[in-house]
Amino acid sequence: MIPFTIDGKPVEGKEGGTLLEVALEAGVDIPHLCYNESVKPYGACRLCLVEVERHGRRRMTTSCTYPVLEGIKVFTGTEKVLRARRMIIELLLAMCPGDKKIQEMAREMGVDEVRFKKEDKDCILCGLCARVCEEVVGANAIHFAFRGDRREMVAPFLGEAMNCIACGACVVVCPVDVIKMKEEGDERTILRWKRTLKMKQCKVCGNYFAPWFQLEKFREKARLPKDFYDVCYTCRS
Amino acid sequence: MEASKIDGIIRKYGEKSSAILAILQDIQSEEKYLPKEALEYVSQKMQISLSSIFRIATFYNALSLKPRGKHKIDVCLGTACHVRGGEKILGKLERELGVSVGETTKDKRFTLELVRCLGCCSLGPVAVVDGKVFGRLAQDKVSSLLKEYK
Amino acid sequence: MKILKKGDLEKIREAGLQTLFPKETKISVGMATCGLSTGADRVYEAIQKEVERSKLRMHVAKTGCIGFCQREPVVDILEPGKPRVFYQEVTPEKAVELVRRWGESQVVSDWLFFKMEKEDWIGEDRFYDYSVRQIPKGLDGTPHYHQIPFYNKQLKVALRNCGFINPDHIEEYIARGGYFTLCRALLEMKPEEIIGEVKASGLRGRGGAGFLTGNKWETCRKSKGDRKYVLCNADEGDPGAYMDRSVLEGDPHSVIEGMIIGAYAIGAHEGFIYVRDEYPLAIQKLQTAIRQAVEMGLLGEDILGSGFSFRINLFRGGGAFVCGESTALMASIEGNVGEPRAKHIHTTESGLWDKPSNLNNVETWNNIPVIISRGADWYSKIGTEKSKGTKVFSIVGKVNNTGLIEVPMGITLREIVYDIGGGIPEGKKFKAVQTGGPSGGCIPESLLDLPVDFDRLTEVGSMMGSGGMIVMDDSTCMVDVAKYFMDFLKGESCGKCTSCREGTKRMHEILTEISEGRGKPEHISLLEELGWVTAEASLCALGGTAPNPVLSTIRYFRHEYEEHILNKRCPAKVCRALLKYRILSDVCTMCGRCAKVCPEKAISGKTKTKKEKGIPFRIDEQKCIQCGMCFEACKFKAIEVQ
Repeated sequence: MIPFTIDGKPVEGKEGGTLLEVALEAGVDIPHLCYNESVKPYGACRLCLVEVERHGRRRMTTSCTYPVLEGIKVFTGTEKVLRARRMIIELLLAMCPGDKKIQEMAREMGVDEVRFKKEDKDCILCGLCARVCEEVVGANAIHFAFRGDRREMVAPFLGEAMNCIACGACVVVCPVDVIKMKEEGDERTILRWKRTLKMKQCKVCGNYFAPWFQLEKFREKARLPKDFYDVCYTCRS
Repeated sequence: MEASKIDGIIRKYGEKSSAILAILQDIQSEEKYLPKEALEYVSQKMQISLSSIFRIATFYNALSLKPRGKHKIDVCLGTACHVRGGEKILGKLERELGVSVGETTKDKRFTLELVRCLGCCSLGPVAVVDGKVFGRLAQDKVSSLLKEYK
Repeated sequence: MKILKKGDLEKIREAGLQTLFPKETKISVGMATCGLSTGADRVYEAIQKEVERSKLRMHVAKTGCIGFCQREPVVDILEPGKPRVFYQEVTPEKAVELVRRWGESQVVSDWLFFKMEKEDWIGEDRFYDYSVRQIPKGLDGTPHYHQIPFYNKQLKVALRNCGFINPDHIEEYIARGGYFTLCRALLEMKPEEIIGEVKASGLRGRGGAGFLTGNKWETCRKSKGDRKYVLCNADEGDPGAYMDRSVLEGDPHSVIEGMIIGAYAIGAHEGFIYVRDEYPLAIQKLQTAIRQAVEMGLLGEDILGSGFSFRINLFRGGGAFVCGESTALMASIEGNVGEPRAKHIHTTESGLWDKPSNLNNVETWNNIPVIISRGADWYSKIGTEKSKGTKVFSIVGKVNNTGLIEVPMGITLREIVYDIGGGIPEGKKFKAVQTGGPSGGCIPESLLDLPVDFDRLTEVGSMMGSGGMIVMDDSTCMVDVAKYFMDFLKGESCGKCTSCREGTKRMHEILTEISEGRGKPEHISLLEELGWVTAEASLCALGGTAPNPVLSTIRYFRHEYEEHILNKRCPAKVCRALLKYRILSDVCTMCGRCAKVCPEKAISGKTKTKKEKGIPFRIDEQKCIQCGMCFEACKFKAIEVQ
């Protein structure tokens, strides 16, 4: 375990860990949006900024990407850090004024006015949906496209996400809750990716429990027998 | 584009997934743009997700998903050309052709693009048509320039 | 033939000297991109045809850029027994005439540029002399190369071979001392010695950041791991900068030799040269040069029998400015998009494919053979205390002499703009010089006596950058310049960081408002705040330096911003929405030209003819889109821009 300090308080982190992980564990509240323990750190939102002092030099950096190093001094609430975080949330609010989560975070940080022309986007480009889809699920159905101010999270060719298995992981992980899923009869739709899939019915309880496409993919990968998924998870246990 | 041609390109780069940019550039050289079917084929053949390929194809300026016109006009808007009035040349071209940057004319004759610095700064403002450099441009020279290209 | 020992190099040197300085007259044409864009290819063809037609015993050769790009196409003639003569702005017709008259032993003094009597072989500390006792008539009035103001204060180290060799002939590179240093480095020096020499020279990265190269090499060498990489950043993306392009087109072997020496010092066996997609000629020259080096055994296994193996791969960029950033460049080579990653752990420890990697700029690599050959002592005597050596700059924009120059660090900006650049054309007034490209800033007249030095430039809010120097006069609007750079940056940003993506976007938005007459007093402080967060909170140097053009123009030209905001006026008459085009009715000759060219049919009046009196023309302000076509068309200066 590697010792260092956060706001003067001694803490410990394991090798390869990040400052944000240790801070959250120690109950230090650093705002963050694009961090999720299930995927690799990305450092896109820039909200988790802290100041780190190492070898006598201080720099402002994202705590979600900065590695745990012996003897460093981390400061989570300096004037510089707070000023930067406030501007970041203001920029996010100007981009996505309708997002309740952003509004809430802005309120908490004391940002009550937006000095820029408001856009009407909803996605904050944190990338969590694509990162989960790639690293955890392995479907790689969506990712960022374009560059700079034209950056967007889309399905290839801006159409239906043909590799999407409608597992719903992106719906759950999105910090601003803009990916919606609906189920109607025997169909499940991930609205944002224009993906509608037919659901398989359990032979025992009769519930529609998972999309055919998804189950077929699992069967293929794990080389399972044809009737493996005829019974749903609940009935099996 | 024929599958065998794409196979040839992939083989040329040792089937390495790190060579994806070069592979797409070669396909683009042949087809003048990246057809959707070609990208789907590359994705399947090289086992790279289509979302990754789409990401790469839309990230780099050199790659285009839209078919291009017969002649490509690149107006230089590097700093030196800008300071010498490059914007005016762009404006005149946009008006003459009736398109904005990145678009192709309805008759598919011209595609108008931007480029930032070809390194001919002494000749600014500069525009390149099909690789030929036209320097020392002025708004009134634009019409005659376009007439050269049918 | 394969070069297996120094003796073999000497043999090739002899062959190279034969083609560099043949017994018969040799005519060379500058065929780098600047030359080609002015028609050098047609000049070359014309010369070849004429030489063939007249059955003259003359050699016709191609060479790189000699730096004074404005005077291209440049042709030089070397006849044994005469000084070498350079001609400027040569057309195919003039070229044919040159061939004809020189063929008749006439000395042509038209279109003369300068003459040369010796060539500086700076890598070997000697001159190649072809001076004559008596200068032929017709040439005695011609200035020497060193007397031309453009060249007078220059010191060519990186540009040592450009314009003097055919880049496609490795023999000529060797003839001028090339690869001899490699021989010495691999066979007589230890890696630590080489690193020591580079450290002692004080060489700092020429790509922009200016890190001490020797220290970087040392860190990379000491990093754990058997597999290491050396990389060359040839993704020169700054608009207005083309120094690296000229080196790659005119002297590609200098970079290759530098990289082999560096790889040996660091312990790397594989290298990459990442060249921007927009430089097709440079890519071609490099491909030829690498192939020749491989053929001669200077790249590959057991180079020169030293036991050291090294190979170079060429990687073509895809058109993305951000790929000039080291981690983005590496991501691109790995097959990903050029998105930078956090550099908490440096690339010298974990870079390309997580292996220790040393990335340097083209110009940095190119300096290495000279530093090793002449020694750190010699190199460190050039330049200032903290910025050693020379730097190549592209001087462009509103200046009389535009082109590529190489000067010792410490020269002042005033010397560059006025002595070398020849001052501002059309009698206009100097306003600012922009250095460092989109990461740099504008330097006003009051700071013209600033010595060119990494730290001094950064102190005043700009930076050395890759070397682009754009001169601006009073017809340049600084608000427009800031807006231009933000437009560039917001599109080139990879878009990952909220601070960079939104920051550059919003700065551009505000600058647009200001330039279109909707500026508000609070906009200036808002720009400063946005600038601060973009620089402080972003991950990489693109975001980190993005606000510089805005902040430096606010710092030195605040009054101009205030004019736009408070008085809705653009003093430089650039911001279209703030301009009014007006026809002076008492000057108007009623020729009707303006009305003909107006795209919006906003000009009305009656043309004066033999029969009719005519009515002075008037511009309808509502329809006018301020394109400026009428202003350009009027031959009587009857249109005023306010």
